[in-house]
Amino acid sequence: MTADTATLLSVRDLKVDFRTSEPHALHALKGISFDIPARGTIALVGESGSGKSVTALAILGLLPAANATVLSGSSITYRGRNLLDSTLNEMQAVRGTEISMVFQEPMSSLNPVFSAGFQLGEVLRKKLGLTRSQARTRAVELLREVGIPEPELRVDAYPFQLSGGQQQRVMIAMAIACEPKLLIADEPTTALDVTVEKQILKLVAGLQPQRQMAMLFITHDLALVAEVADYVVVMREGEIREQGSVKRIFEAPRDDYTRALLACRPTLGRRPRRLPVIDDFAGGRQAVEIPERPRGLRGDEEIVLEARHLAKSFYFREGLFGRKAFEAVKDASFKLARGKTLGVVGESGSGKTTMALTLMRLTPASGGEVLFDGRNLLAMPPEAALQYKRRTQIVFQNPYASLNPRFTAGEILVEPMRIHSIGADDHELHALAGQLFDKVGLPQSSFFKYPHEFSGGQRQRIAIARCLTMKPDVLICDEAVSALDVSVQAQLLNLLQDLQDEYGISYVFISHDLAVVKYMADEVMVMKAGEIVEIAGSDEIYANPRHPYTKQLISAMPRGWRDGGARAEQ
Amino acid sequence: MSTGATTLSGAPYPASPGLWALAWKRLCRDRVGLASFAIVLLYLALMAASAAGLVAGDWSREAGVSYAPPSFLGPGSAPSAERAAPGSEAAAGAPPEDLGIVDPLAAELAEIRKELTGVSVSESRAPTLAFGGDKWGRDVLKKAIKGTETSVLVGIVAAALAVFLGALFGALAGYYGGPVDDVFNWIYSVFTSIPYLLLVLAIAAVLNQKGTATVILILGLTGWTGTFRLVRAEYMKHKVREYVLAADAIGASNAQRMFGHIFPNVSHVVLVQLSLHVVLFIKSEVILSFLGFGVGVDTVSWGSMLNEAQSELLLGQWWQLVAATVAMAVLVTAFSLFTDALRDALDPRLN
Repeated sequence: MTADTATLLSVRDLKVDFRTSEPHALHALKGISFDIPARGTIALVGESGSGKSVTALAILGLLPAANATVLSGSSITYRGRNLLDSTLNEMQAVRGTEISMVFQEPMSSLNPVFSAGFQLGEVLRKKLGLTRSQARTRAVELLREVGIPEPELRVDAYPFQLSGGQQQRVMIAMAIACEPKLLIADEPTTALDVTVEKQILKLVAGLQPQRQMAMLFITHDLALVAEVADYVVVMREGEIREQGSVKRIFEAPRDDYTRALLACRPTLGRRPRRLPVIDDFAGGRQAVEIPERPRGLRGDEEIVLEARHLAKSFYFREGLFGRKAFEAVKDASFKLARGKTLGVVGESGSGKTTMALTLMRLTPASGGEVLFDGRNLLAMPPEAALQYKRRTQIVFQNPYASLNPRFTAGEILVEPMRIHSIGADDHELHALAGQLFDKVGLPQSSFFKYPHEFSGGQRQRIAIARCLTMKPDVLICDEAVSALDVSVQAQLLNLLQDLQDEYGISYVFISHDLAVVKYMADEVMVMKAGEIVEIAGSDEIYANPRHPYTKQLISAMPRGWRDGGARAEQ
Repeated sequence: MSTGATTLSGAPYPASPGLWALAWKRLCRDRVGLASFAIVLLYLALMAASAAGLVAGDWSREAGVSYAPPSFLGPGSAPSAERAAPGSEAAAGAPPEDLGIVDPLAAELAEIRKELTGVSVSESRAPTLAFGGDKWGRDVLKKAIKGTETSVLVGIVAAALAVFLGALFGALAGYYGGPVDDVFNWIYSVFTSIPYLLLVLAIAAVLNQKGTATVILILGLTGWTGTFRLVRAEYMKHKVREYVLAADAIGASNAQRMFGHIFPNVSHVVLVQLSLHVVLFIKSEVILSFLGFGVGVDTVSWGSMLNEAQSELLLGQWWQLVAATVAMAVLVTAFSLFTDALRDALDPRLN
């Protein structure tokens, strides 16, 4: 541990209100206090709406002035002065040189029309007063320090020529360019693939002791915290629930919420019949030991759906007449057993989603067959396919985009029933919709509400209910729980499992999160660059991965504290 | 996020606050929007009343003397045809002989009218009118009201036609893409490559008759291109959205997806285009009237009033210009503000 006892920055009773269209202001921060030591990493952990990012923005004085107010009595003391009382000019001197920040989305943080080196050099020229050539030399050094291969060449690369991980490295290089005393990293790895995430984490964790600086690491993922932080602050709804050393938080959490957060994320080691949720811990209750669920296939299950040599290519124009094929899915063959779950893992761009859309005829396939009841779904005329389309449904990743904002939740459920002539009259349709709201755990009053009135988890429940209206045999969950908070994710996973137990639906469960896939799937399929590199039973594949890529994926997973010696690995 | 939560934990309203009910609620909070909505309604009511003959039914009656000044200025305040004494008005640059040429048949017409009605028109003419009179002594206020009927009708119907065509073509082109898109883009290119006035003249020549319907057709058939471009872009953006994919997955047909799912989400674009075109076409009608392709001589519109006002203004008779301009400016402003408010109100997302 490199933690230093000297305090660099201390936040005292920080209260921030947001003005909203509602009559009452939203209390984004309700008086939080914590200290950042001069050396060491402190992690702010919390789910969406907990106020972690607001805290970071408040430290840098970047809160939107139009609708955010810092209430009196709050103080953020940095080296003996209150940053909240500083003028704009004073703050600009602090930003970048004393305190700097790395944002979540490297793709939108870099200006696409300037080269990485120019943007990095701009910081050096403006803040440190270097000349153009000095800045360039320094930029190359910095790029080397953050692990960009061939920095002399990459310094002239434009953001679109860099991968997401490299873009984030450039952002980190910019943040450390002026040797700040405090680096704030706001979810720096959330938008990245798991193998890239590991590299970035390693970089960030290595820079902190090397540069002798403090780091405020903001994340929603407790497993990551275990890998980087010395000290943890757990936040919920604008309040600090618990703070303490990383060892204390992981080994002896005192707060119900912290314990719930630790328990509700699926781990590789265990597979309880249902995941504990926050309510299980309310009022200091201890989680009861839940029996394990066996997974895997016996081999004699009925096959609902079979894909044979499924392929999908996209074409680009090249030159005047030529065209170039990009094979998004290559020769995918697999079988899906009734009432079982096929997990699909792979990094972004591996063709998981394209495979799912092709499977359902949502995009035309370039080749191969999808057999449903022994008939090739892809070769049917559209009218005949409608009957089969009903039986395969999909839940998309982004619950904010997959529901039509102009339809009420009730209309969203009634529409597919009308299309497929389910239910005799309006009365029956409403009754059926009501039953489905019950089934997915939404109140009956949801019928007349619009999607924007629901939270992310509730929207995903509506999306699931919409699929259930058609009583599908196969449900494709395309990253269905990835955009949700850990506690909501646990509830949704429990719901999906209950529905499978009740209706015997088969799932194709697509996710980049290997722990979740391990928890849900009977069989796991690993995809890379459009190809299926390995298919095996879910216990088997995690215990004995055969393909090198599978091994790499599994070793890159954040292990959390319990899986032991997270920091020792580095 | 937490605003959503408070909404949920709030009063459990079982009744349906539908899209329009919610929009109305939000519109009521917008004072400017509400005021402009009231003005637009007032104009529409005026238009309906005038069409039904309740007001300004007698707009063409020659009630006052030629160029009768507004009552509040008094009879001698401005030069009229009869009393334009030489040298009394600097503005009356035109010699009185000119004015005499304007209506050479006045005496004969008066006699004819006298024969027809048995009443002497010239005897009953008032020296002043509420808001002044035009060349023939017709009440400008009544003309403006009657003109509202024509102008608003032309503006709204032509804009509806243009935006309907633009939205339909844009939806088809954007949604299907490929060859369908190529065909519509080709038509679009043809329409936009011809100079606007030439196109208007060409269509006018083909239709070969004057009248309100012709003006509407001319404006409608030439004005759809801008809307087409915007709606096409919106459809291209929306057709790959997940909610449309989800609609495909539940088996919704192309038409359902295009008009049931995507259209409500791009309707704000169409609404704004509609209002912009109403304003634009009310103005275009003026230009067409000037070019001789406007409404017929037996109807009055703001355009024809403004056209007449050109020569009157030289003589210092400003009231026809003011009446038509004020009527038009108030409606155009109110309509634009109302459209802005409507667009905000119809947006289902919270700010």
